[in-house]
Amino acid sequence: MSRTKVDEEEYWHSSKFKAFTFDDDDDELCQLKESKRAVNSLRDIVDDDDDDLERVSWSGEPVGSISWSIKETASSGGPALEGREQLKTRNSLSSYPPLPKPASTYSLSSFFKALSDVPPKNYAPELRRPKGEYKDYSSDWSLSDTVRRLQKGKVCSLERFRSLQDKLQLLEEAVTIHDGNVITAVLIFLKRTLSKEILFRELEVRQIALRHLIHFLKEIGDQKMLLDLFRYLDRTEELALSQYQEHLNIQDPEKRKEFLKSCIGLPFSVEDAAHVQDHYTLLERQIIIEVNDRHLESSGQTEIFRKHPRKASILNMPLVTTLFYSCFYHYTEPEGTFSSPINLKKTFKIPDKQYVLTALAARAKLRAWQDVDALFTTKNWLGYTKKRAPIGFHRVVEILHKNNAPVQVLQEYIRLVEDVDTKLNLATKFKCHDVVIETYRDLKDRQQLIAYRCKVDKASVEEEKIDGILSSTQIRWKN
Amino acid sequence: MAAHLSYGRVNLNVLREAVRRELREFLDKCAGSKAIVWDEYLTGPFGLIAQYSLLKEHEVEKMFTLKGSRLPPADVKNIIFFVRPRLELMDIIAENVLSEDRRSPARDFHILFVPRRSLLCEQRLKDQGVLGSFIHREEYSLDLIPFDGDLLSMESESAFKECYLENDQTSLYHAAKGLMTLQALYGTIPQIFGKGECARQVANMMIRMKREFTGSQNSIFPVFDTLLLLDRNVDLLTPLATQLTYEGLIDEIYGIQNSYVKLPPEKFAPKKQGESGKDLPTEAKKLQLNSAEELYAEIRDKNFNAVGSVLSKKAKIISAAFEERHNAKTVGEIKQFVSQLPHMQAARGSLANHTSIAELIKDITTSEDFFDKLTVEQEFMSGIDTDKVNNYIEDCIAQKHPLIKILRLVCLQSVCNSGLKQKVLDYYKREILQTYGYEHMLTLNNLEQAGLLRPQMGGRNNYPTIRKTLRLWMDDVNEQNPNDISYVYSGYAPLSVRLAQLLARPGWRSIEEVLKMLPGPHFEERQQLPAGLQKKRQQGENRVTLVFFLGGVTYAEIAALRFLSQMEDGGTEYVIATTKLMNGTSWIESLMEKPF
Repeated sequence: MSRTKVDEEEYWHSSKFKAFTFDDDDDELCQLKESKRAVNSLRDIVDDDDDDLERVSWSGEPVGSISWSIKETASSGGPALEGREQLKTRNSLSSYPPLPKPASTYSLSSFFKALSDVPPKNYAPELRRPKGEYKDYSSDWSLSDTVRRLQKGKVCSLERFRSLQDKLQLLEEAVTIHDGNVITAVLIFLKRTLSKEILFRELEVRQIALRHLIHFLKEIGDQKMLLDLFRYLDRTEELALSQYQEHLNIQDPEKRKEFLKSCIGLPFSVEDAAHVQDHYTLLERQIIIEVNDRHLESSGQTEIFRKHPRKASILNMPLVTTLFYSCFYHYTEPEGTFSSPINLKKTFKIPDKQYVLTALAARAKLRAWQDVDALFTTKNWLGYTKKRAPIGFHRVVEILHKNNAPVQVLQEYIRLVEDVDTKLNLATKFKCHDVVIETYRDLKDRQQLIAYRCKVDKASVEEEKIDGILSSTQIRWKN
Repeated sequence: MAAHLSYGRVNLNVLREAVRRELREFLDKCAGSKAIVWDEYLTGPFGLIAQYSLLKEHEVEKMFTLKGSRLPPADVKNIIFFVRPRLELMDIIAENVLSEDRRSPARDFHILFVPRRSLLCEQRLKDQGVLGSFIHREEYSLDLIPFDGDLLSMESESAFKECYLENDQTSLYHAAKGLMTLQALYGTIPQIFGKGECARQVANMMIRMKREFTGSQNSIFPVFDTLLLLDRNVDLLTPLATQLTYEGLIDEIYGIQNSYVKLPPEKFAPKKQGESGKDLPTEAKKLQLNSAEELYAEIRDKNFNAVGSVLSKKAKIISAAFEERHNAKTVGEIKQFVSQLPHMQAARGSLANHTSIAELIKDITTSEDFFDKLTVEQEFMSGIDTDKVNNYIEDCIAQKHPLIKILRLVCLQSVCNSGLKQKVLDYYKREILQTYGYEHMLTLNNLEQAGLLRPQMGGRNNYPTIRKTLRLWMDDVNEQNPNDISYVYSGYAPLSVRLAQLLARPGWRSIEEVLKMLPGPHFEERQQLPAGLQKKRQQGENRVTLVFFLGGVTYAEIAALRFLSQMEDGGTEYVIATTKLMNGTSWIESLMEKPF
């Protein structure tokens, strides 16, 4: 955060908005504790067996619920436990009005009944149902009747719609009833009976049907036709993206790389084109690094791989992860090699901030404190060195702490934090006593120093140091 | 059994019973013993309308989850597949049928599509050569499932994606059908209002379906006065913000599925004397959450900051009730105490559970990161610094926080700025792709198409005007005793609910300008009622409005509508329907390109 603590404070008080705070935090916690206590004390009075009261299994699945029963009935020989509501509801039903039924239900079921006289049980692949089922009884349904029948899920032949005009009318009728299921059914028919060019041409002026076709093609995974369609419609960006998406289905890294290469020329937006190019370059790079490092690792000659065996392959990892990897295993390599961090930084134009963060995390993990030091040391033209961190030293401290840096290292960087309050906060949080003590001394804040004395161990070096400062006559305390 | 469904103004048990009967009828069609093979996704929603006992009454002896290869052995006459109409499921079914052992006694196959038969799926079965093996192929239109006394959901997880990304209207068609079912049970709804493209289409479908429904005139006295159809893309902001009601936070942190939540078990370990410490359960604790539980009904919609005091008050009451046992001297008194014991035990159990949940949530809401995230959200929603790269988001990316969290925040910023400046957008995109992988380009494109993450068009930011006119940001929010819906987000009043509130009073005419800034048309339709069914309102009788969220609704929005229902001089009670109960995380997830 760029805002300093003081600013922040002021901002919070002056700003008109209110954050989500627990107004009096202690009280709130107390209340929870109180109810917890009450609950616990009550356990002694009324013991146990409330599980039985509710009849829930431990996992909370009520006994008798469907998901519970699946486990039960699938494992045991037969239905095991009885649910509770057995038979209770059966009698109470007559009072409710019935749901409206599509008029077809009766005819449909009677249709099935008629069929079941003929034993319909033959398993695939041969369909040996009476032919009648595939034909309409009446061969001459009107356009709207046909659509209506489809809507009710009935078998209905569309073959009679031969002319283009008939087919388009059928489609339009389907579109007006908004039933995606029917629209798709008609589209399947049109896809089968019309040439691509005509189908595309007609759908271009029928947007709703067109969207359903796109959705349908995606659903069935007809990538080729989908791409043809986008090409025809000149929807180039979608075409490119949908082509690019295909790479996710390619497991082999070499093939995936080649595929990505073929995507580079596609008509992406300017930004996306750059990303695809980077994606390709990254994978190409990863393949080279992977081959090399696998070899290094298995030969057992390189110390870093012996000490820190790789947990996973670097293939298909994001860029920042790759950078971390290269900062971890290949930090000192010259810029010319593909696996060197500096090379990655330049190739992918990784911003300074991102680079420093990643390198810091990697080197801190290896406890390479000298590298950390070097990361923030800059020399000016006179040869003087200066410490500078593009991410702010408070962040540096946080990351170092996360990687269990020793107090000596931590306090060196806490001292570099500019804002005094932040510095004090961090030093207190991470128990860098020296920094706290020195800061209070510099602030000439006697009261705080006295207060801090209680927080350090009795008869410790720190206590001695505080006492020394407090008894000093050189300091003009402000309080 | 499902008594909580009848607590509300509209008795939703009627709907539940109607769908249960339909299920029975189907089961009875397949005479003889049966086994059901479940599409696992369906067991949750089905659990809300039926228990195993109902199925068992109708000779269901075994149940399996749908899996590849051969079906487990079961000595039954019928095998019934309960599935969603999805192509990949058809392939599994085909595999099951094809690997059936021909030597063992033949079994009858049936298939029940929920909520809809699909010609595409049947085509797939046909291609696989198994279509003819099914005797009954039917659909079970479980369009709207009652979740609570005032809440219905279609639980269609992909509805938003289909409507706003793929422009597939199938889920709208289901919504319209669900509304027709509701009208068949609860009477024609005389007034329909709507805002948004999808709302318009659903209204059109309803009007058309009504015209085509040649059956008898609906003679049921109307229960609902008004239907309000709202497109989710009219209010893309609300679900992105972190919900701060009790139920909302449970959902944000643990995810509520079909009214169940799975919680880390540690806090629920049964503490019995002498055996503390051992046998800590490792399986997640699963709890059902609905208004059947008295305590939950009371606290679910409160701001989380107001929950602690209620719990402690309850604790005192229960403790006092148990103390009563010392005063019980006579046999009669003891008997009375004992008779109350089961109720008291249940109350204690409920209190114990919610105290544990509240502690779990509190651990998170008091964390530094939660506070920082909330601060940023609230800055965005109140219009501060929405036009530049945000430091916190940048930090989160650098530390590789979960991608969905990043996307929620970036989308929130984009929506609160009517789109981001191209430079800012490009910066975020680049950071995200470099840190999380280039393939997320596809997800970013989806978000852009859905309008969630996009460049600002024409350099105009309408959000401040919308915010001011609709009073979306309230400075003096009272979390303990709220006087405005903004308490559900501790300051931000959900836009969608504000629209519902303003429609009831003083009417949308007052906000015409803002309505025009929001996407899609707004409209009003009337459905004629026969003279005998026209309502004569009693003095002081509340109107009942059904608010249908097309594309999903959050628990915080539901809480806000319940708050409006309970306002003393509110004059309107709300019933809520939606395509999916969701939160920002599940929403963004539904828009991400798989596999992730």
